[in-house]
Amino acid sequence: MKPTRHMLALATALACAFAAPAFAQDTIKIGELNSYKAQPAFLEPYKRGMELALEEVNGKGGVLGKKLELIIRDDGANPGEAVRVAEELVTREGVVMLTGTFLSNIGLAVTNFAGQKKVFFLASEPLTDKITWADGNKYTYRLRASTYMQTAMLMPAAIAANAKRWAIVYPNYEYGQSAAATFKDMLKKAQPGAEIVTEQAPPIGKVDAGAVAQAIDDAKPDAIFNVLFGADLTKFVREGNTRGVFKNRTVVSLLSGEPEYLDPLGEETPVGWIATGYPWDKIKTPEHVAFLTAYQKKFNDYPRLGSIVGYTTIKSIAAGIAKANSTDTEKLVEAFKGLSVSSPFGTFSYRASDHQATMGAYVGKLALEKGKGTMTDIKYIDGASVLPNDADTKKLRPAAD
Amino acid sequence: MTLDAFLFQVLNGLSSASGLFLIAAGLSLIFGVTRIVNLAHGSLYMLGTYIAYTFATKIGGVTGFWGGIVATALIVGALGAAIEFVLLRRIYRAPELFQLLATFALVLVINDFALWLWGPADLLGPRAPGFRGAVEILGRRLPSYDLFLIVIGPLVLLALHLTLTRTRFGRLIRAATQDREMVGALGVNQAVLFTSVFALGAALAGLGGALQIAREPANLATDLIALGDAFVVVVVGGMGSIPGAYLAAVIIAEVKALCIGIGTVDFGFVTINFSKFTLVAEFLVMAIVLIARPYGLLGKAQGAVRSIAEPEEPIRPATPLLKAFGVAVLAVLVCLPLLAQSSPYVLVLGIDVLIAVIFAASLHFIMGPGGMHSFGHAAYFGLGAYGAALLVKWLAWPMGAALIAAPLLALAGALLFGWFAVRLSGVYLAMLTLAFAQIVWAAVFQWEGFTGGSNGVIGVWPPPPFDKSWVYFLLTLVLAVAAVLLLRRFLFAPFGYAMRAGRDSPLRAEAIGIDVKRVHWLGFAMAGLVCGVAGGLFAFAKGSISPETIHINRSIDGLVMVLLGGVQTLTGPIAGASMFALLQDTVMRQTEYWRALMGAIILLLVLTFPQGIVGAFASLWRKVGGRT
Repeated sequence: MKPTRHMLALATALACAFAAPAFAQDTIKIGELNSYKAQPAFLEPYKRGMELALEEVNGKGGVLGKKLELIIRDDGANPGEAVRVAEELVTREGVVMLTGTFLSNIGLAVTNFAGQKKVFFLASEPLTDKITWADGNKYTYRLRASTYMQTAMLMPAAIAANAKRWAIVYPNYEYGQSAAATFKDMLKKAQPGAEIVTEQAPPIGKVDAGAVAQAIDDAKPDAIFNVLFGADLTKFVREGNTRGVFKNRTVVSLLSGEPEYLDPLGEETPVGWIATGYPWDKIKTPEHVAFLTAYQKKFNDYPRLGSIVGYTTIKSIAAGIAKANSTDTEKLVEAFKGLSVSSPFGTFSYRASDHQATMGAYVGKLALEKGKGTMTDIKYIDGASVLPNDADTKKLRPAAD
Repeated sequence: MTLDAFLFQVLNGLSSASGLFLIAAGLSLIFGVTRIVNLAHGSLYMLGTYIAYTFATKIGGVTGFWGGIVATALIVGALGAAIEFVLLRRIYRAPELFQLLATFALVLVINDFALWLWGPADLLGPRAPGFRGAVEILGRRLPSYDLFLIVIGPLVLLALHLTLTRTRFGRLIRAATQDREMVGALGVNQAVLFTSVFALGAALAGLGGALQIAREPANLATDLIALGDAFVVVVVGGMGSIPGAYLAAVIIAEVKALCIGIGTVDFGFVTINFSKFTLVAEFLVMAIVLIARPYGLLGKAQGAVRSIAEPEEPIRPATPLLKAFGVAVLAVLVCLPLLAQSSPYVLVLGIDVLIAVIFAASLHFIMGPGGMHSFGHAAYFGLGAYGAALLVKWLAWPMGAALIAAPLLALAGALLFGWFAVRLSGVYLAMLTLAFAQIVWAAVFQWEGFTGGSNGVIGVWPPPPFDKSWVYFLLTLVLAVAAVLLLRRFLFAPFGYAMRAGRDSPLRAEAIGIDVKRVHWLGFAMAGLVCGVAGGLFAFAKGSISPETIHINRSIDGLVMVLLGGVQTLTGPIAGASMFALLQDTVMRQTEYWRALMGAIILLLVLTFPQGIVGAFASLWRKVGGRT
């Protein structure tokens, strides 16, 4: 990491912010807020992804003849702070739109702020279904595939396992709870005979991995659905491996194939788990190869999933402003309806019905190659294929429009 | 759960207990002797994991892993000695708890340092050479490293016990824990003793961290997690008691392991998933233990600390000068909406500052004049915020009614928790308040259907005309001024004198007929009430709230504000809160490593103004002959 360069970039951004209005009119200001200090593993690559996209967009002359300018803020991993930062970006910096956020509760707080203050907000990463459904509003769009979508992408593999006895383990907060609920719901519909034999909900960041792995083993499940990620996942996998918990069991796991969570596992990588993720070294589509080459050239490092999200966020914004032919909020809201964006994962669009992007994710099996975790048998699942149709979606969005 | 499964979970619990014990033992020693609430203890633990990881991967093999663990303990111990020598030694004469501020700054600095040096990714160490596999016990596989940990915990306990009982150094530690001034009077070099105890405590933290690398990745969140665990274990076991710490670690780890082992139980009318209780298990244990045994399981009443700080000046009513200054500040604030027309953000920030002022002033009310160091003041802030937000959400109450109900809810909480808390004193009181706050936090976090769980409550916006920030700012200003004046009025009423009498000399206060517990209880409730106002205002200012409003971080922010301003002055919390809120706003915008910068600024302030900012000015004023 090169702190000086980031600081320089930030200093430039700040300098621009305080510069004369005549100069400011030459750029389109985008406000970005995120939990950089609390979630650095995901967000540092994310920031790089944004930088790369910004360079590409501005290198081609920007949008509407102006350069995009990103003003980045830390939200302190706290919704109260985040709302203040959002106000600051809007009122002091005069940004035309907000984007960013990682944690679900912060994403929701900013979503609500956007609805109240009529500011356009593109939620880049938070996964909670509520951002686009229960608490969705006119001014908020979301890029990343939601908890519901990610779970749905894994269901075919889970059902194919034809397991009678399932164990579920998830971090005890909204993301984990809703993933577990969605999973149980879908499993019941597809395979009424299946039974949940144990449900472990450790507090996030504080899993007692040995005890949890043992409790799962004692319940004698045929298959395990895992929602743990980050340090919790790492601990759980090492204990589970040593205790032989995963032996002869199908494990279906959310997000575990993302380099952010897979790389720390190293030689401990649980081979054969079916997971959603981002096998950056295996995706050979031309769009992705172009992105990978540019990213590696610029940063001398491989991209993580955060890089994809950051990159695609900026690309979406550029496309949206170009389509709206304006930075007016109402016009942006209209322009994002059905907006088509080309990304390293191929072309996707923002649904008019629930403001959710259809960018999908890769599903595959975790594998170990040269001491490092990766994925095999990968398959791209289009987000559109797992989302409910427009009529059903409408029922899910009571608060919107 | 079968008997075999039960016994096996007991083994799992024992291996976790060893880890907990190692973190806690060092903290307990340091607190026992120096009376410093070392918030950086978790950071030392985290450094232990990173340093040991570096040894284990860069050198590798048996030497890298096992030698690395020993080297890590030594390095972290040396770092602890350096912290004591360079930083803490300069501020022992500051008011009680002030050192907490310095260690808080260290937490920020160390975390950013680790991010800078080791990067953002989690780092999982190799398996321990010689303990890679598992052993079969009761038909199940227990990692052999867990067995090693089960043994190492009691071994360290034994070694510490022998050191404390059989060596001169140990006798000095025990003596200093009981009465450190007497130890000093007998000719023992306290400076050396303090440094060596700090080094020993830090080394234990480093060792604890280093031993975990075979089980969990080094990551940047471990500092606060380890700190929280360590505090609970130390308090449950009894401050300064090493066997107590082990006992507490075993109890807490076993309770958690068993909750996990039991899993989901269907009681017919209700299904309970016991694994969810691990979120709050340790704090429930702590609250129960402290209510039943105020000094922890094996702790003794703290020896009196004859403070080496300068005796506190009695508080005095505001001088005409101060009053004039107050009116001037108020006049500027009232005019702020006019001045801020071109930059509306000033008002948004102003609302945050005023809310922080109410929060800090209410905390100071019990901390300073009341002498009750609450580490869980966020509970009342959160009760106020959630009270207001939930009334709006479920009963569609108007804002005015919700803002009135918010402090009443906080009052109810403070009356309940305060009743237990005032029966304790010093750090035990602090920890019981923390336990209550954590229980409230966990309840809010867990009660998805009612409180919105981790996502919280959204859509709590003020109705017109308060939706304009200048109107809401004026509302906040009115309430903030009212709150501050009300608290002042209380302090200069007989009630306030009685509260201070109870703080300074409980026995004499009792003798002249003051019901000290009752007065402190009502003081505690009063602080909760006022804090609830801040919570209610916060909910409407942000439009949404989540469990972060009750999180321990907010409680610590409150302590930092009060200490930064000066706990011994009445204007201190106001200055401290304003300063902290403005600093946070500025620093977070300026730099990528904003936490380190924030920490550095706090360190600078700590070293420059060891009585807090207002405290320093007040004593300077006295020195030049003026009167406060």
